[in-house]
Amino acid sequence: MEDQILTIRNLNAYFGDFHAVKNVNMTVYKNTITAIMGPSGCGKTTLIRCINRLHELTEGAYTTGEIYLKNNNILSMNPIIIRRQIGMVFQKPNPFPTMSIYDNVIAGYKINGIKMDKTEMDTIVENALKKAALWDEVKDKLKQKGAFLSGGQQQRLCIARAIAMKPEIILLDEPTSALDPKSTLKIEELLEELKKDITILIVTHNIAQAARISDYTAFMYLGELIEYDKSDKMFTNPSNPKTNEYLKGCFG
Amino acid sequence: MLESAINEAKQKVVEYSIFAEKMIEKAIKGLLEKNRELLEEVINEDENQANRREIDIENQGITIIARFSPKAKELRTILMILKMNNDLERICDHAVDIAESALYLIERPQLKPFIDIPRMSTLTMQMLSDAIDSFIEEDPSKANEVVKKDDIIDDFRDQILRELITYMSTDMNTIERALRILNIARHLERIADLSTNICEDVIYMVEGRNIKHHFTLMEDKED
Amino acid sequence: MNEYISSKKRERIDKIFKFSIYIITFTILIPLFLIFGFIITNGIKNISIEFLIKNPVPVGETGGGILNALIGTFILIILSSVLAIPFGITAGIYLSENSNKKYAQYISTFVDVFQGIPSIVLGIIAYVWIVLPVKKFSALSGAVALSIMMLPTIIKATEETLKMIPYSLKEAAYSLGVPYHRTILKVILPAAFSGILSGTLVSIGRISGETAPLLFTAFGSNLLEWNIFKPMNSLPLLIFNYAKSPYPEWHELAWSASLVLITIVFLFNLLASIGEKKWKIKF
Repeated sequence: MEDQILTIRNLNAYFGDFHAVKNVNMTVYKNTITAIMGPSGCGKTTLIRCINRLHELTEGAYTTGEIYLKNNNILSMNPIIIRRQIGMVFQKPNPFPTMSIYDNVIAGYKINGIKMDKTEMDTIVENALKKAALWDEVKDKLKQKGAFLSGGQQQRLCIARAIAMKPEIILLDEPTSALDPKSTLKIEELLEELKKDITILIVTHNIAQAARISDYTAFMYLGELIEYDKSDKMFTNPSNPKTNEYLKGCFG
Repeated sequence: MLESAINEAKQKVVEYSIFAEKMIEKAIKGLLEKNRELLEEVINEDENQANRREIDIENQGITIIARFSPKAKELRTILMILKMNNDLERICDHAVDIAESALYLIERPQLKPFIDIPRMSTLTMQMLSDAIDSFIEEDPSKANEVVKKDDIIDDFRDQILRELITYMSTDMNTIERALRILNIARHLERIADLSTNICEDVIYMVEGRNIKHHFTLMEDKED
Repeated sequence: MNEYISSKKRERIDKIFKFSIYIITFTILIPLFLIFGFIITNGIKNISIEFLIKNPVPVGETGGGILNALIGTFILIILSSVLAIPFGITAGIYLSENSNKKYAQYISTFVDVFQGIPSIVLGIIAYVWIVLPVKKFSALSGAVALSIMMLPTIIKATEETLKMIPYSLKEAAYSLGVPYHRTILKVILPAAFSGILSGTLVSIGRISGETAPLLFTAFGSNLLEWNIFKPMNSLPLLIFNYAKSPYPEWHELAWSASLVLITIVFLFNLLASIGEKKWKIKF
């Protein structure tokens, strides 16, 4: 069995009175792709936003429970430090509009005021763009603004920006829902390649996508983690009848 | 991802077919050389392994369908792999049956020198391996060749039947042995049939055209 | 049949409607062009390099320029910008960052009201607060009055531009482990640059033509003055003083100074719209 990298214990997340994530327990394994699927409003996005502590930034939002990255409880660490170890890619591509492609990739260092020399930055940018399968398309226009790229390219730029920080885990919140099928496929292939270095957690409401790319799949419904298992099993023989109903398309 | 998964399943089914071929070969060899050990190996060990392979490929095929929802040619390929898997399992069963009949025959005086059985089995194995080749190469013309050979196999079986009837009608004591030999011929013929099935599936996989039972679609008739 | 107007009639109504729109718009433009034309024809004859680089001369002498007022105007603009921009932007950030809080909403409304305060009132306030205690007119007190005038525009421009910036941009920075203050300074403000810039330029354009707040503060002077703690002249003050004087030569100079002032205001507004287009960021 793979090494455990992230362990979630009795996690509850709230928006004021609203109980969005209910007592979730799950273990994420190193160098795998774990998909979290479920109908809209099931708490899947909230769950991953707890992992990099973005959830608590919403007014009135709070969490209880424990999330261990290796042996450290994320929920009692400095969120700034955690967010540099756990990258995130959002639903809508959000490159920094004022920055060039190059600066976007290195943004995590630059905005944080981390000093390094030019060659070191060049190496980081090139590696990140290569890993994000974007290098060949942009290597001649690194000084151009990121906003001129197509939607799919922008999203890969955001992935490059996240992996440039050399995180342990990256969280992807429906990263392809705003993209066309071709760009989607490209990103899926890229994730498959990326998991050799980084553990990937992806939220998706697209069952087919979860089935295609994930090693493990979690199914959430109304804030609860209904089932969590290897994808091979989840999609052929789920244990919980609710999972079966969901896969059948009865709700969601 | 889908492609690599299908290739893996293809690889497994090809290995399985080679295994099935070996089983037939062993059963016939055991009969001709009166090698009891070889026959027992087929019956006791190979069959289990064949069944395990079948289950493994079946699970993999189902997983691929569940996870990738393949369409068009990929869908036909994966369905073809699952059907081939079935056919191969039955081929292995026939090989076991042949080995069982052979086990009976080698204990008893030889009824007649085996001439047609080895020829028939050579042709049958040839058909099976050609069927697999046509699958690997996705070559419908090769598959067509195999389909045509099916008639020769039928002729072999009829020929063996006629010959055995003369033995049986002259000497009652030969009946059981004759029936056993006839049984082997029938199993070989079934194996050839299943190989033909595989070829028909190959044609379906590559061209999306169903040639089973000489069935043609309305559109095909029109042109 | 009666319910429908025949197509010919409909077309005629359409034509009349379009035509009246053109006519009315044109009518409004007439006085505007008349004013411009009047200022240009009256002002242009005295415009020369000399006019721009010479100080005023006493009555009776010919020639003389507006250099002291021109420089005074620029000093006042720079001074009030230095005072207003940091506070304005900071307040704008506060309002947009806390837009869902009651407190900020009150302040926002207050800023709107503030925008409507007559400029002369601000002049009096600066007079009471600064000029009276030190017992001296000064450019600084004028700049304070002008900067208070600038504030609402800058605050509103900053607030509105920042509100347009999607939250996802902030999240992008947070997800890279960027602390709040760096997120605002390095990500959000640069993205809002065009809006803040154009708001600031528009407010500069607005104050550069203000006379009332300067009457009791910068007061005016006939000398070229660089010291911000002393009375200083400015274009609107110069125009005001010349125009109310009994000498026809000075009236002429007032026209020319008006032309210069209008050109400056126009340039600031032009810069504002160019800047807004150039650095505009689409989300």
